[in-house]
Amino acid sequence: MITAKELTPINKKIICKALKRSLLISLWFVFLTFPIMVIKVNPIERTVSWRWGNIAYVAIGSFVISLLAKAWLVRKERAAAAKTAACPTRASIFHNILQRPGCRYPLAALLLGVALAFPHLFSTYQANIMTTALMYIVLGLGLNIVVGVAGLLDLGYVAFYAIGAYSYALLNLHFHLGFWAALPIGGLLAALFGVLLGFPVLRLRGDYLAIVTLGFGEIIRLILENWNAFSKGPSGISNIPRPGFFGLEMSLDQAMIYMYYLMIGLVLLAIFVVNRLQHSRLGRAWLALREDEIACQAMGIDKTRIKLTAFALGAFWAGLIGVIFAAKTTFVNPASFTFMESAIILAIVVLGGMGSIIGVICGALILILLPEYLRALSEYRMLAFGAILVAMMIFKPEGLIAGVRRTYCFQGRKSTAALQDDE
Amino acid sequence: MMNKRMNKPILNVSGLTIDFGGIRALDHLDFDVQVTEIVALIGPNGAGKTTLFNCLTGIYRPTDGEILLACPKTGQQTRLNGLKPNKITERGMARTFQNIRLFSRMTVLENVMIGRHCRTHSLILGAIFRNRKTREEEQETIHKSYEILEKVGLAGQVNELAGNLSYGAQRRLEIGRALATEPFLLLLDEPAAGMNPQETAVLVALIRQIRDEGHAILLIEHDMKLVMTLSDRVVVMDYGKKIAQGTPDQIRGNRDVIKAYLGEDVG
Repeated sequence: MITAKELTPINKKIICKALKRSLLISLWFVFLTFPIMVIKVNPIERTVSWRWGNIAYVAIGSFVISLLAKAWLVRKERAAAAKTAACPTRASIFHNILQRPGCRYPLAALLLGVALAFPHLFSTYQANIMTTALMYIVLGLGLNIVVGVAGLLDLGYVAFYAIGAYSYALLNLHFHLGFWAALPIGGLLAALFGVLLGFPVLRLRGDYLAIVTLGFGEIIRLILENWNAFSKGPSGISNIPRPGFFGLEMSLDQAMIYMYYLMIGLVLLAIFVVNRLQHSRLGRAWLALREDEIACQAMGIDKTRIKLTAFALGAFWAGLIGVIFAAKTTFVNPASFTFMESAIILAIVVLGGMGSIIGVICGALILILLPEYLRALSEYRMLAFGAILVAMMIFKPEGLIAGVRRTYCFQGRKSTAALQDDE
Repeated sequence: MMNKRMNKPILNVSGLTIDFGGIRALDHLDFDVQVTEIVALIGPNGAGKTTLFNCLTGIYRPTDGEILLACPKTGQQTRLNGLKPNKITERGMARTFQNIRLFSRMTVLENVMIGRHCRTHSLILGAIFRNRKTREEEQETIHKSYEILEKVGLAGQVNELAGNLSYGAQRRLEIGRALATEPFLLLLDEPAAGMNPQETAVLVALIRQIRDEGHAILLIEHDMKLVMTLSDRVVVMDYGKKIAQGTPDQIRGNRDVIKAYLGEDVG
């Protein structure tokens, strides 16, 4: 990385400093991991064994990793300093590929082809997992409107998911409403609740907003858990019918595959709608709200209105997916809608890249599929989860694939707005 | 000058008072702004100039007094007290901020496009289906925003992120963004703060041009040279009160003003 020629006094100083820092870090790690890595208590034989060798592994390992991390950061800083003047809004390689017209459509077609063929190439089990991942993509896209675009930190997003699921479950239980009738109702009901939540939190932002929305999520869950007459409490509602297809009888496998295609359609719809919303007058207003609330209002934007639309449109998707969830599992109970769900959806948005549709899709696929395929390592799942998030915040705080602003070309006085649809 | 004073004022402030707890930040302030006039608001630090701006634009709610805004075209007068900031902007009064408040992670063009928000109407369904009306409106927004950027001299940097602009350019972009709301009265809060002489000269020319296009301007500024060359009238404030008002020449010789700036013993 750094050749001998580059060892100017400044570089030497940086290296010395980095070495010292890494040394301290490795000492700290040795201290932290001492009880678990070195001391081993055998309660049966009542002996304590001291595994001193492990100290060396921990020390060397953490030393090397911290050095590498430091080197990476230094290089990133230098590259950034060299490039800021040269090209202003630098898109990632990913976006560059996507924006080349020759690449975009074939790539999209290829992806769609793979997606459509997926359940026939792999087992139904795989398709089922993929359906779950697709559901989280839509949930992520919905939350992305609220958190990523409008900048309103919402920790109770799962409440809208629950409202969607229970609206289908209850409407079916009491009025025998079918899936297709319940789907829009679930979405609209969730949107309505989005507005209802929006009103009391209009004046809040940042941490305060996060706490109130967290409370809202818990309130909905607790109501569902305790109001037995209404929601059948913790035992939940079972025997919810799967979505019908013109009254056709379907085996379980066929139903699963049908569900998968349904989700593909819904994901495409969500991408289309969210993309259009983001690049509209409304989407710009959301971004402005995220950037500076006071300036946004002073520029003539009705803050109340756009906040409520953000909550409503975000919640709408959660409602839709809630209905799908109820139909997919044929059973709902409050235990499916804990804070953990909100946290995962939020992690998808943050990990993928706030305000970036492709980012959210990647985030959802990684966070939902990886734990499924790495079941062997499931004991370490939460450990890895935490480590990934920490590493992301250090190395790529803007997310895997950051959102890129749309660019326009103006020739003379006539403008030819070069519009890129998929970001 | 005389004949301008005969006009009906477009902004008329009378008896404006605001209390923060026991502190009276603005004390029965009276002044007005006429059509296509540049009025400067000066005063020592803490005199209440920015508080006045915040009152006028609806960020603070005045305790007492009247703020009346009259559209020069229709002559329709509205009382601004208690209106929300966005409603006031819709009525035709836009502002810039002392500490720059651009949308720094949006592009220069998008910043100006935000200013067009209150003059456009497309909503959720329009955004999703992108019908003809929405597309036309969007094109118009882009064109008008670009024209404004040409005016403020930022046409070459439309796709730059606003946060990456130089300080002087950011100030000009704020003015451009405010202009996009189609105001007839523009409030500028220390537009020349932190600028070098060249940037200030560009700014002065820009403000003159904006005035010549028919906007009235009320500005807060500490750069006395700029104030004296640019403004038609000067209002001087101290401790929330108006202590003097007049043409730059009248203000320059005013004993009260000199006292407020330099202290008691002035020969």
